[in-house]
Amino acid sequence: MGSLHVDHVTVEFPLGPNTPPVKALSNVDLEIQSGEFVVALGASGCGKSTLLNLLAGFLSPSVGQINLNGSIVVGPGADRAVVFQKHALLPWLNVIDNVAFGLKLRGIAKAERHEIARKHLKQLGLEAFETHPVYQLSGGMQQRVGIARALASDPEILLMDEPLGALDALTREKAQELIIRIWKETSKMVFFITHSVEEALFMGTRLIVMSPRPGRITHTFDLDFSKKFLAGADARTVKASPEFIKMREQILKIIFGDEEAIGSDHV
Amino acid sequence: MSKDKKPTSSSFFSSLFKIKPTKPGEVYGVPGQGDSLLISSISALCLIGFWSLATWAGWIKPLFLPSPLAIFNKFVQVATEGFADKSLFEHTKISVLRVFGALLLACATAIPVGLAMGMSRVMRGIFDPPIEFYRPVPPLAYLPLMIVWFGIGELAKVLLIFLSIFAPVAIGTRSGVRSAAIEQVHAAYSLGATPWQVLTQVILPAALPEIITAVRIGMGVGWTTLVAAEMVAATSGIGFMVLSASQFLQTSTVIMGIFIIAAIAYAFDMLMRFLERKLVPWKGRA
Repeated sequence: MGSLHVDHVTVEFPLGPNTPPVKALSNVDLEIQSGEFVVALGASGCGKSTLLNLLAGFLSPSVGQINLNGSIVVGPGADRAVVFQKHALLPWLNVIDNVAFGLKLRGIAKAERHEIARKHLKQLGLEAFETHPVYQLSGGMQQRVGIARALASDPEILLMDEPLGALDALTREKAQELIIRIWKETSKMVFFITHSVEEALFMGTRLIVMSPRPGRITHTFDLDFSKKFLAGADARTVKASPEFIKMREQILKIIFGDEEAIGSDHV
Repeated sequence: MSKDKKPTSSSFFSSLFKIKPTKPGEVYGVPGQGDSLLISSISALCLIGFWSLATWAGWIKPLFLPSPLAIFNKFVQVATEGFADKSLFEHTKISVLRVFGALLLACATAIPVGLAMGMSRVMRGIFDPPIEFYRPVPPLAYLPLMIVWFGIGELAKVLLIFLSIFAPVAIGTRSGVRSAAIEQVHAAYSLGATPWQVLTQVILPAALPEIITAVRIGMGVGWTTLVAAEMVAATSGIGFMVLSASQFLQTSTVIMGIFIIAAIAYAFDMLMRFLERKLVPWKGRA
């Protein structure tokens, strides 16, 4: 069983010699156990992406440390796969070679890596497109290829940076259901950033609400809506239930409060 | 509705700038869309026609501009009898070898140097001053130096062409390094890539469209430099042929040589465009 610990992490961005640094994150603590789906939500500038970059190893904390299964994170690695808002696929590779890219980097033979890639393409409903060029796919399909690529390297944790942000509403809901199902099958840790309160509530097992200035976690909620969906409930029914709506309004209130606080600063 | 009018020249020009919806299958407002092959052919034929007319009517003396037919006849004559004790094929072959030798050498060095400059602050610092220093200097200006240093053999000729190709290819490759989106680089690292793998499997393929463009430009510059390279102590080559023919006012041979250079360069450019479609079909679509 894997786990990820963020211990008292602070990130300060230098602004110049005569300006005090900006605190992008202040004293953040977070623990993710395997099988958990943690969703981060917050006003812009609250440090969600900074936190994801820390977990991915693209950024090192000014203070504190990050542990994955007991070892300190010091850089990006195949144990932490990232799914980006822009799919970030490689257009010179076809669908299956994009999915198998991480395995190729590890030196796994072609037949074997294609076999693994095929399994993940099937999981995401893309088995008919394995030889297609990625630039011919729709946005939703490209994003699914990106997820398949992340899964193919069998990471401990999936880091998803607004992966569905660029999709249309219908595709987005389908993709949410797909991601929840895959998460359930693989029981990997997931850290998921979104701007949509509804998406956050529906998908996560835990919701962290972050606030800006300095970026920090202000609220944590345990959620069970995805469990209801996985137990067989219809997605729309879950999202229309009174508990869901009540919680949605509660969280919107927090976020709007933060947005207004930022706004009044600027006026 | 007004009656159909014969298009006059003014209505033709105003129609070029008229705002009207596109036909189905086209995209509104794309600059210069559509196929231009037919117009290109007509344009070329018109030029040749006007040229024939001007020489046939005697508006211009054959010493200044021989007729297209005279040039074709000269081509046949040189192709069968040769020029300066060498066949036309030999002249063409040696020039092609010089230019393509220099091009291969330039690609083998300028692409790695360009990549290194794009990837590393240190390498950029080292190579930027010499390249930017010599790049704007015309090859004819440093030709005497090349001769003093490398003699009058093939080495100086190939090096001169090589230098003219090196700079555009290195600069094109260097700017191509920035073609990879930072998300693509991050994705590779988070899939466990080493910096070397990121270079060879992400940065280099992403830079390929710009590298191909740079090689196309370099090729053009290489042919431009060929004549300069064959100015000194050459006894063969298309550039030599053009230069020595010009000294004897054999204008038809000069123009024929120009056409041969243009034809080879154009054929190579077609090959590069074909390679571009095969190698980087995703160009501009990713």
